[in-house]
Amino acid sequence: MSIALQVENLNTFYGKSHILQGIGLEVREGEIVALLGRNGAGKSTTLKSVCGALRPAQGAIRFRGKDIAGWPAFRAAQEGLLLVPEDRGIFGLLTVEENLRISQRKGSPWSLKDIYRMFPRLEERRRNNGGQLSGGEQQMLSIARALLNHPRLLMLDEPVEGLAPVIVDEIVNQVLEIKQRGIPILIVEQNLAVCAKIADRNYIIELGKIAYHADAVTFANDDEARDRYLGVKAD
Amino acid sequence: MTYLFQIFNGIGIGMLYFLLAVGLSVIFGLLQFVNFAHGAFYLLGAYFTYDLVERGYSFWVAMPLAAIMVMALAALTEIVLLRRIYKLPHTFHILVTVGLALIIQEMTIIVWGPLGGNVPPPEGLNGVIIVGDFIYPEYRLFVIAFTAVLAVGLWWVLEGTRIGAIVRAGSESSENTALLGYNTLRINSAVFGLGAGLAGLAGALAAPIRGVEPFMGLEALGIAFVVVVIGGMGSYTGALLAGILVGVTQSVMASLWPEGARLMIYLGMALVIVAMPRGLLGRA
Repeated sequence: MSIALQVENLNTFYGKSHILQGIGLEVREGEIVALLGRNGAGKSTTLKSVCGALRPAQGAIRFRGKDIAGWPAFRAAQEGLLLVPEDRGIFGLLTVEENLRISQRKGSPWSLKDIYRMFPRLEERRRNNGGQLSGGEQQMLSIARALLNHPRLLMLDEPVEGLAPVIVDEIVNQVLEIKQRGIPILIVEQNLAVCAKIADRNYIIELGKIAYHADAVTFANDDEARDRYLGVKAD
Repeated sequence: MTYLFQIFNGIGIGMLYFLLAVGLSVIFGLLQFVNFAHGAFYLLGAYFTYDLVERGYSFWVAMPLAAIMVMALAALTEIVLLRRIYKLPHTFHILVTVGLALIIQEMTIIVWGPLGGNVPPPEGLNGVIIVGDFIYPEYRLFVIAFTAVLAVGLWWVLEGTRIGAIVRAGSESSENTALLGYNTLRINSAVFGLGAGLAGLAGALAAPIRGVEPFMGLEALGIAFVVVVIGGMGSYTGALLAGILVGVTQSVMASLWPEGARLMIYLGMALVIVAMPRGLLGRA
């Protein structure tokens, strides 16, 4: 399988603190890759550094034949590298439909109609302001916006955090549907059950470095790794 | 009947205040940037119109051209100077833009002299309209009608189009707008230019009514802040309502108690600040 995104030796600072200390990872075409780790390990920082929301101090990010390290976020997005941020990034004073319309880009395989078929809740609430949506609806809106924006790789930052189990299942199915459509996904997720359902491969970050890497089957059977890096007892 | 005359005058002037204030308000909404040079752009709009008319151009060419020149100049200023200071505290915004306003004002005096001048009402609109015993200058009626159409058009752009939605999105979060692939630097320059261009247009339209003089920018700046504070920061309809309120108050007071006109306006603003700190129609 060819490589969709390759990150090498990524270093990012917040002020003087050295948060990412040489992250390296890759996402291949057609797969879902999960990025795991304890709070503060550098998972969100990795996604933000890859898409240009944060400027990495050092490193290479190869995407669609270009080294996009240090590009501003809007250019990475135009290239098809789309981040669905942890806070969802919804415009609360714009309606749901306005949130969607400003995200439409020519050539995207998803139309507004497709989006409403995939997320019926959003059609029901299309005249509501973004700020009036529930957490799950906001998450769907944020993913939907990225799809309209012609994604060639999607990065999801804890998409099911704090959501009710029913909504979690709904979003998991939507993420799998996006994968079916051929869009590779890099996902940060704390919920191991969700990871087990969707991820093809897993990376674990510890203190700003990749500490562990395995495919889904190996990881599922590696109780020791889960205990050691994530502090989760095998059950 | 005199009051009707004053009220009409007030609406006309109030609509110009609205043009001034809405630009200030949109710029603040998008950039969190306090622009004390806003009045200077109004001043330039008036003087460009004056200069072009003096050179023999028709007012109908001079007025839009002046607004476009101010827009271009403001966008250039944003790109070269102002975008470098957005991230600094508001005190720096004040320092830099007050400095800019003073430079523009002094340049005006150097180029056109300290005395000012008059701009005649444009051809075709230099007469009066007579209805019964009500007499009213045609040009002032034109200003009311023209700015009303402009207000509706602007409202439609901001609320009804994709471009307006992008500007509103940028006002909420420029980071999240960038994540959708929008070059926020370019949007900022365009909106700054547009807001300043509206101030320039207000100056151009005001020139045949009140003439031009180098200190009209300072006065306009004060009024624009009053209108934004009364109407509510970031509220479009608030700017419209407050602009007309201030214009009518000023105009009616001018015939009742001229010395107190300014007092009434600032007193009104003080009352609004105490009673409704977000302004009449400000967002929660």
